[in-house]
Amino acid sequence: MSQLIKTNMDKIIIRVNNLSKNFGSVQAVKNISFEVKQSEIFAFLGPNGAGKTTTIRMLITLLAPTSGDATINENSIILHPAQVRKAIGYVPQMISVDGSLTVQENLMLMAHLYDVPYRECNERIKQILAFIDLEKYADSLVRTLSGGMIRKLEVGQAMLHHPPLLFLDEPTTGLDPIAKRHIWESLLELRDTFGTTIFFSTHNMEEAEDTCDKVAIMNSGEIVAIGSVSELKEKTGKKDATLEDAFIFFTGNELQANGNFHEIKRTRQIQHRLG
Amino acid sequence: MLNYFLQLIRKTWVMAEMEIRKLLHDPAELITRAIQPILWLGIFGEALSKIRAIPTEGFTYLQFITPGILTQSITFVSIFYGLSIIWERDMGLLQKILVTPTPRLALVWGKMISAGVRGLSQAVIIYIFTLILQIHLLITPFSILGVVLITMLGASFFTGLSMIIASIVKTRERFMGIGQIITLPLFFASNAIYPISIMPSWLQAVANVNPLSYMVDGLRVMLVTGNISHLPFDIFILIIATFAISFLSAYMYPKVIV
Repeated sequence: MSQLIKTNMDKIIIRVNNLSKNFGSVQAVKNISFEVKQSEIFAFLGPNGAGKTTTIRMLITLLAPTSGDATINENSIILHPAQVRKAIGYVPQMISVDGSLTVQENLMLMAHLYDVPYRECNERIKQILAFIDLEKYADSLVRTLSGGMIRKLEVGQAMLHHPPLLFLDEPTTGLDPIAKRHIWESLLELRDTFGTTIFFSTHNMEEAEDTCDKVAIMNSGEIVAIGSVSELKEKTGKKDATLEDAFIFFTGNELQANGNFHEIKRTRQIQHRLG
Repeated sequence: MLNYFLQLIRKTWVMAEMEIRKLLHDPAELITRAIQPILWLGIFGEALSKIRAIPTEGFTYLQFITPGILTQSITFVSIFYGLSIIWERDMGLLQKILVTPTPRLALVWGKMISAGVRGLSQAVIIYIFTLILQIHLLITPFSILGVVLITMLGASFFTGLSMIIASIVKTRERFMGIGQIITLPLFFASNAIYPISIMPSWLQAVANVNPLSYMVDGLRVMLVTGNISHLPFDIFILIIATFAISFLSAYMYPKVIV
């Protein structure tokens, strides 16, 4: 398996070329380009409103780019969105399971929507329930589960069709430290077992420092730094720098003073709508 | 093309099945929804039937308004499916479904079928209540089949309409306001509680293009009059309107996330 992962790591699974997104006169993402290799854990950092969620939404085909393109598993997000959707799993920032359905039913829903063959559905669900350690809650309504269990279920839903790439938008927001550890244990096991690429956005620097192979820092719609954690720390010029130091170094330490009231209000409304 | 169509049918059923499962997990909603039609029939209908001021084509006023009350009940159930789309958007569930390789139309048709099933439960409640009030309705296999068909079509149309509204207004607060603004005028500008013939001419024009009028008319044929002469036209209008709005809704509702 480690050989398989090593081989796959040469393959570029995400290739972003000059991607931009405008909302009216607000330029949310400005001409960004980067690559992610197979089996990498890639952290996407940036302050609120930096354009992280908008970028992820373009990559998962929820939003059409204003200009530029990206390929996911060699399929263009513009020309072949259906192929892209088959190759990815997505865990949104918000709780995205249906509380009125049971754990099993939530998994069944996603298995069918992701075209898992009918005869394999029950077996896959059984495997996923074992993987996320929710077997004994299979028939429980999701609204009775804890936050950590719900996040695990969401990761399980996203993995049912065995995608090579998983997008997670702030996956541990609102979780306690034990739940966070459980989630990351599951994600790392996924990467180690199946070679799954994990692309996640976060505000949690420790989480990114502990888990990721590569980091991109986004600020005001642009990628201001990209590289391994140690490379970014080195660029700060500080001895014993942390990733948080690197984050502040690249994004600036001051609140921005530009923009008028209406622009800010509109931008915040857009951000609110985009979650 | 065939593959797309099969996928559409299969995933429509998946979406509808999950909506119906939710209803089965918590059927209390059906009981609370039964209160409104019971009040309309038991209070409004009983009171107006004493006045005898409205021409009802040889039937009692309670017979006359029963299809209208059923239609209103189905409309209210359906119109708030738009609210569920906004709710699912806020939850992140909608985004997750949109990221799956599922035809956009499957979600719309799934919601439509689910609204139809909820609408049928309203029909059962109204059948039972009319028996208690001794309102004579036609109960034959043909009339029951007709009620099922018209209920499914009507519920589907208003579900599609509500999803379009949701994609435009985008917030729950605005939707609640718009939902009230749309449902009540649709109800009063139809033949639900009085015949079109007694309306002023401008309102007759509105009632004649109001799909709710065709739904009421079809249900009135099936439940009360049994005169099927204009039934094919009613059903034709409902089918055309439902398909048109389902395609428009499939185009519009993903915009709720932006």
